[in-house]
Amino acid sequence: MTEYNFAYLDEQTKRMIRRAILKGLAIPGYQVPFASREMPMPYGWGTGGVQVSAAVLTPKDTFKVIDQGADDTTNAVSIRTFFQRTAGVATTTATSDATVIQTRHRIPEERLHEGQILVYQVPIPEPLRFLEPRESETRKMHSLEEYGLMHVKLYEDISRHGHIATSYAYPVKVEGRYVMDPSPIPKFDNPKLGDMAAIQLFGAGREQRIYALPPYTQVVSLDFEDHPFEASKADHPCGMCGATDSYLDELIIDDAGGRMFVCSDTDYCEARQSAGHKGKDAA
Amino acid sequence: MTPLLSVQGITKRYGAHIGCADVSFDLYPGEVMGIVGESGSGKSTLLNCMAGHLTPDAGQVVFDTRTDGPRDTITMSEPERRMLGRTDWAFVHQHARDGLRMGVSAGGNVGERLMAVGERHYGDIRDKATDWLGRVEIDASRVDDRPTTFSGGMQQRLQIARNLVTGPRLVFMDEPTGGLDVSVQARLLDLLRGLVRDMGLSAIIVTHDLAVVRLLADRLMVMKSGRVVEAGLTDQVLDDPQHAYSQLLVSSVLQV
Repeated sequence: MTEYNFAYLDEQTKRMIRRAILKGLAIPGYQVPFASREMPMPYGWGTGGVQVSAAVLTPKDTFKVIDQGADDTTNAVSIRTFFQRTAGVATTTATSDATVIQTRHRIPEERLHEGQILVYQVPIPEPLRFLEPRESETRKMHSLEEYGLMHVKLYEDISRHGHIATSYAYPVKVEGRYVMDPSPIPKFDNPKLGDMAAIQLFGAGREQRIYALPPYTQVVSLDFEDHPFEASKADHPCGMCGATDSYLDELIIDDAGGRMFVCSDTDYCEARQSAGHKGKDAA
Repeated sequence: MTPLLSVQGITKRYGAHIGCADVSFDLYPGEVMGIVGESGSGKSTLLNCMAGHLTPDAGQVVFDTRTDGPRDTITMSEPERRMLGRTDWAFVHQHARDGLRMGVSAGGNVGERLMAVGERHYGDIRDKATDWLGRVEIDASRVDDRPTTFSGGMQQRLQIARNLVTGPRLVFMDEPTGGLDVSVQARLLDLLRGLVRDMGLSAIIVTHDLAVVRLLADRLMVMKSGRVVEAGLTDQVLDDPQHAYSQLLVSSVLQV
């Protein structure tokens, strides 16, 4: 069988997911339950993100997938091919050309513009999960705005490490109301969440939750007055393109302690290299 | 003087079975009330109804709030009741594990209530936590250790510190000395008595240990089968029990 409905899912399912997305956009940061479907990939590989992408894609869209910032890793390639085959949409690796970008663990370095949709793959949508195991209790804490516990986690970080050591999935407060897990993006990306021109949608397939940030939403990273939030990255320039403002991956290049730092956003790095920027490790 | 807590006709049924029936009393600021009775006499049910953990089938629990004066806590909204639970009320569980977060350091445990009411300065929170550990006789060097590394008595004292850090006015205690050996019990009682007197706390203590109420409580209620069978000043009830069950209870205490 080679014929699929557009973007794999049937129309009723997409309708159900769109309703959840609209509700999520209406209540920024609130986790909307939805009837997550089985997808032809294992949980943990982006089943939530894929379902959200399937629901928002139209035949005219241009689709981009990144995994840890890269366009060419297994997860990114397989999801891109999946929608190429089931939706027949155009695909790209250029951030500015894409209208729908599905991402795992990163926000592109390039500033997104209005009309774009950023879809996140979320493993665990509940920011309070590892502090309070009962779902009934975490829901009550969200509804009553009882977020003291979130600060207990940050307190523990400081008491153990001397600074807030949480470096990814750093909790944020949306429009002064809901505390939200921004999915496991590095905290370097947290400042980009707020006031973004693009729509941000978060899909958790196994946990059956969708939440969203409409454009230009206020998003604040939690912190203490005497230990303010700090967006951190490796203190190096990119070895390939020389960028000093991008999030870097550390690569081990030999067994003698050699290493290099490169942009995790491959599209950003390649664009800079073709514009003539050169890092110290560039061939 | 307005009573701090005024309980009227509290009744809680579990199906056909009675948890507690038609309990009424007033508690005045600075007063410590003991509730004694055998297992299954309804004293924990009563305590949980008063502290908002259970919803009674009938009756009123009127608390004299700081801002609005006397309010019925049963009919007030849940956010308001939970706010009281974090600020003006404290609840000390029999098992410290029920009242502590075992995966969080001692300092974090004490600081949780401060952060829950909006404290956002790490240094201040830590100073207050350390100060409170000192008040309950836990060495300040243990502030970053988890309660799992503490002895039973220390866990219980940590639970008390965690509850009293926001300066509550009313403390509910459910068998605070249960499961501790007698010398640790004695120290804990001594500590509790000091804290209650120094902070001018009102407290309701549920226990089956008559020695605890003799030391801590001003007044005493004896419960049997969900009903209050005798109430009065502690010394009066213990030295001259009137009801047959109170007499049995007092005479059951072993003399060594």
